[in-house]
Amino acid sequence: MELFTNQVLAGIATGAIYACMALAVVMIYQAIDHLNFAQGEMAMFSTFISWQLMQWGIPYWWAFLLTLAISFAGGIVIERLLFKPLAKAPILTNVAGFIALFAIINSVAGLIWDFTIKQYPTPFGSSPFLGSQLISTHQAGMIGVTVILLILLYMFFQFTRVGLAMRAAAAMPESARLVGINTSWMIALGWGMAAAIGSIAGILIAPVVFLEPNMMGGVLIYGFAAAVLGGLTSPLGAVVGGFLVGVFENLAGTYIPGVGNELKLPIALALIITVLVVKPAGLFGRPIIKRV
Amino acid sequence: MTAMLNIKDLRAYYGQVQALHGLEFALNEGSMTTLLGANGAGKTTTLRAICNMVRSTGTIEFEGAALNGRSTENIVRLGIAHVPQGRGTFTTMTVEENLQLGAISRGDRKAIPGDIERMYDHFPVLKERHTQQAGTLSGGEQQMLAVARALMLRPRLMLLDEPSFGLAPLIVRDLFKILGKINRDDKVTILVVEQNAQLALELADTAYVIETGRIVMSGAANDIANNEDVRKSYLGY
Amino acid sequence: MSAVQEVVTEAPAIDAVPRKAMTLGRGTSLAVLLLLLLFPLFVKNFIIFQLTTVLIYGIAVLALNILTGGSGQFSLGQSAFYALGAYTSAILIEHANMNYALTLPIAGVICFVFGFLFGLPALRLSGVYLALATFALATAMPQLLKLGFIEHWTGGVQGLVVTKPDAPFGLPMSQDMWLYYFTLAIAIGIYVASVNLLTSRSGRALMAIRDNEIAASAMGVDVALYKTLAFGVSAGITGVAGGLGAIAVQFVAPDSYTIQLAINLFLGMVVGGVGWLPGSIIGAAFIVFIPNVAESISKGLSGAVFGVLLFIVIFLVPHGARQVAFVAQSLIGKLRKN
Repeated sequence: MELFTNQVLAGIATGAIYACMALAVVMIYQAIDHLNFAQGEMAMFSTFISWQLMQWGIPYWWAFLLTLAISFAGGIVIERLLFKPLAKAPILTNVAGFIALFAIINSVAGLIWDFTIKQYPTPFGSSPFLGSQLISTHQAGMIGVTVILLILLYMFFQFTRVGLAMRAAAAMPESARLVGINTSWMIALGWGMAAAIGSIAGILIAPVVFLEPNMMGGVLIYGFAAAVLGGLTSPLGAVVGGFLVGVFENLAGTYIPGVGNELKLPIALALIITVLVVKPAGLFGRPIIKRV
Repeated sequence: MTAMLNIKDLRAYYGQVQALHGLEFALNEGSMTTLLGANGAGKTTTLRAICNMVRSTGTIEFEGAALNGRSTENIVRLGIAHVPQGRGTFTTMTVEENLQLGAISRGDRKAIPGDIERMYDHFPVLKERHTQQAGTLSGGEQQMLAVARALMLRPRLMLLDEPSFGLAPLIVRDLFKILGKINRDDKVTILVVEQNAQLALELADTAYVIETGRIVMSGAANDIANNEDVRKSYLGY
Repeated sequence: MSAVQEVVTEAPAIDAVPRKAMTLGRGTSLAVLLLLLLFPLFVKNFIIFQLTTVLIYGIAVLALNILTGGSGQFSLGQSAFYALGAYTSAILIEHANMNYALTLPIAGVICFVFGFLFGLPALRLSGVYLALATFALATAMPQLLKLGFIEHWTGGVQGLVVTKPDAPFGLPMSQDMWLYYFTLAIAIGIYVASVNLLTSRSGRALMAIRDNEIAASAMGVDVALYKTLAFGVSAGITGVAGGLGAIAVQFVAPDSYTIQLAINLFLGMVVGGVGWLPGSIIGAAFIVFIPNVAESISKGLSGAVFGVLLFIVIFLVPHGARQVAFVAQSLIGKLRKN
């Protein structure tokens, strides 16, 4: 029993990473109604930018804020330049665009900063949290920041005009235009916010997985899975989903024989899909009725 | 007096198919006009063309400003509210959020809560349900919500596409009474597209009849209502 | 949580290709066929080998076109079926001494069965959820192929070497040239069969499902059966491609069949034009040659160059090669009138 609880706790700790990534995924989904495969790479690139700023002597928290701003702007620029022209193209073509973006960002990051692993600092320290061997102070910090982000996002969507406009534009774009909302700019804003959230995810994750251009590959998939599990329209679902995925992954690794590191991912995904077969809209998502 | 809305030689296309063939008409400020015609005649297309929701050529002028080339949301911001077919309600949001959305493009935010209260006065049933999800409202209630949402814009011109669709006659009468009040008291110019010609002609002061993408008849609503030939040929009763 | 459900009026995610535009005109088809038949006579063996690879990937992209463009189901998992087909052929050739040609139908049938079985639970998923499920399949496959208890058959991490066949009946051509014509014959056969499938009643049923599942079901189409069959057929064809790939490359190994392959096949489908079968070979050519072009432009930034080239293609022709074909067709039509 104790092994079980320990693994669950450890799972929650790693799950904070996925929860944070999942928030960025849900953010972009709210804006554009699909998943951006390059999200992880954008987060990685942002993290490298923050690292570079610190290499140039800028203190951690200034580098953090600057990176947040740069990422926000970068997300908007990428959307306006590369995806606005594809707005009328079929969805699958847009997906090809995401893949192209992934390739470009990954390659450029590799060229600028090469593929050797780099250490990345954490503002939370890495001593055991409250004496527990399972959660470090950094991981506790991650969970804390993720929860704060979630609350901020919730407040943004529920209580601000822009948040309301974004929700409307994502849910019913034509009706949104008929109340005077510029739906095109709502999409750009969504990209900016998703990029900013992604940068926070990257900055929190880097101390754990170490900084290198391929660091987000696995994380992104878990992030997607977590967002889908939680129900793609629910930030709360994304966070809960993230923690659950972390736990699933750990329990699978511990209890299912023969599951080494490589099979953890497919097993976790298989578990998630099983949930989806039972609850197709995710845990917190609204069940979708298709109107003929 | 120059008309508030001036439409000349309007041609509209759905892909390769042409739906409007050189439509012309004008709306005077303060008028309540109805656009009548059979199914597929081009009534909805006309409203959509005004808001640039469909590809079109020709001139559309609103209070002297050309609407051609402007995006839908910019046309709305000029003061034109459009209640589309199917109402366009934000079904996943609450009644109150729908009303807030109606006003979302306005600069004078302080006046918005007051306007919401006025909408609740016009439509008490909305006040009852103001925290309810809009998708759970009945057809008639959703129509009221759609009209209220449009009014939240403080529009100069309101376009309504078949507001009576799917509603019981009593509810339609109530709705049309409210529209009349809005036209007179709030001084909102209204253009109503309707298939239910009888009710529309009772409400409006001017009428246009459209057939296969062209205006075939225009005049005072009373005259058209009393003209048996017109009624039989174009309006089916 | 609120009991209100989200009502969605679905716009089709995949635009329909009108039936008569599904294939090339007769004249164009003959011209292309002639080109494909004569080309190898004038080029070196290595180029022939590359062309064979293009044909093989073309078959795999065609399979994906049937699944996505035909039945509207999204799959990022084709690499798993490709791997399964490849290993089936490899194992039968190396361990059971079977003739290489015979291994292909077996690979096809085995993959059909697995595809059909996968299609069953996939019925409950669609869009992004199906993408995730197929993605899981694709990432699992390389790991499954490395599993210890089947290592005796699969060769584990190192994989298996496959003997390359000689031209039969002592025909005077190189192994590469023989393999090219062999592959071409199979590709043409599969192409013709697929076109017939998509223009038949079953094909129309499939496309009805793609465009509006509920309406199709209301019209009496057995949606579940057709969708799982589509998965099966698509997997089966991909398996044949995998088998051919194993023979052509003379080698199978788990890390040759990663998610990257599935992504490439997807890109091939988009570049060729979703649902447009003739485009499959153009898409295949893109994924075989463009990475090399990218690398020759800049070794350090080859990924970025590839991405940029991909963007250029999708900006110019968002609907893929099919768009180019339509434009060309209408231009020729206009010229004919004058």
